[in-house]
Amino acid sequence: MIARFDLWLVIILLALGSFGLRFAFLGIIGNRKMPDWLLRHLRYTAVAVLPALVAPLVAWPAVTGGTPDPARLIATFATLAIGMLTRNVFAGIATGVAVLFTAMALLG
Amino acid sequence: MTTTVKSTYWQGVRDGAPFFLVVSPFALLFGVVATEAGLNVFEALVFSVAVIAGAAQLTALQLLQTDAPVMIALISALAVNLRMAMYSASLTPYLGAAPFWKRGLVAYFTVDQSFACSMIAFEKNPGWSLSQRLAYFFGVVTPICPFWYVFTVVGALIGEAIPPALGLDFAMPITFIAMIAPMLRSLPHLAACLVAVTLALLLVWLPLNLGLLLAGIGGMMAGAATEVWRDRHMTAPLGHTGAEL
Repeated sequence: MIARFDLWLVIILLALGSFGLRFAFLGIIGNRKMPDWLLRHLRYTAVAVLPALVAPLVAWPAVTGGTPDPARLIATFATLAIGMLTRNVFAGIATGVAVLFTAMALLG
Repeated sequence: MTTTVKSTYWQGVRDGAPFFLVVSPFALLFGVVATEAGLNVFEALVFSVAVIAGAAQLTALQLLQTDAPVMIALISALAVNLRMAMYSASLTPYLGAAPFWKRGLVAYFTVDQSFACSMIAFEKNPGWSLSQRLAYFFGVVTPICPFWYVFTVVGALIGEAIPPALGLDFAMPITFIAMIAPMLRSLPHLAACLVAVTLALLLVWLPLNLGLLLAGIGGMMAGAATEVWRDRHMTAPLGHTGAEL
């Protein structure tokens, strides 16, 4: 259970921070150009942070007490494969959910 | 509103409309996942209204659930939202001359879809006045953002109704993986992802979820370095570079 104080603190600070990021250039910095090296790194934030967040959840799921789970691993790779092939987020989600439930039913 | 401004507004509404199909299920999912994490409907709604960024909201929620410190949850979620700063920078030449409060509203409603539609439309219509551009932007937002709130509530109501332990623990990872997969469209993106995953698994023992931050930074550096390497080595033989691999 998430502590209520922590939850509201994160909601408020994340709201302010996200607005700050969105307002940064439009509102304050204006048209000055950002250095190339910084832009080059910023391009890869999402594709680095999101996989780093997910990897431990896939390898050691909390529900199994941290033991790698074949059904969840199979669902992961199915989602990844269909997502890369179709470039469609919802095709990936649908595949992942279908494969997860099938694998959970078959593997027990 | 003058006729031309009104018609650009409706053009924005039309261009934004298809994204209703993308945003609503995502909001629904956030609502479900939020209630599974112990949030009530009101808390889930406030989360969506205040932050209005799905991936960042799910990141913060995931980390709070695993008892990560507030600072780590916050920094990780903001890192996911760093692209908003790039959007803001790209919109500035087109909308920077608007009054302060309108720029504030534009900033709040800057999401992937409103940014993408607007940039395409602004480049295609260099003759648009500032008020036409603003009308278009808010037109795109109209069929998207209100439904982000509405479907968060619907998802939260569904989440409160269904029993936990239906394999829902894995809804969040599957969503993230499905979001990541289409991003893996070039060698630098693949390198960033692989290095981040490897570091995240190797550094999982670090306290305070610091492994996530280090893995994220490592992945970004790998992506940037691979991009430099690719541009240096692939230009000559391929003739045209910048082409996605």
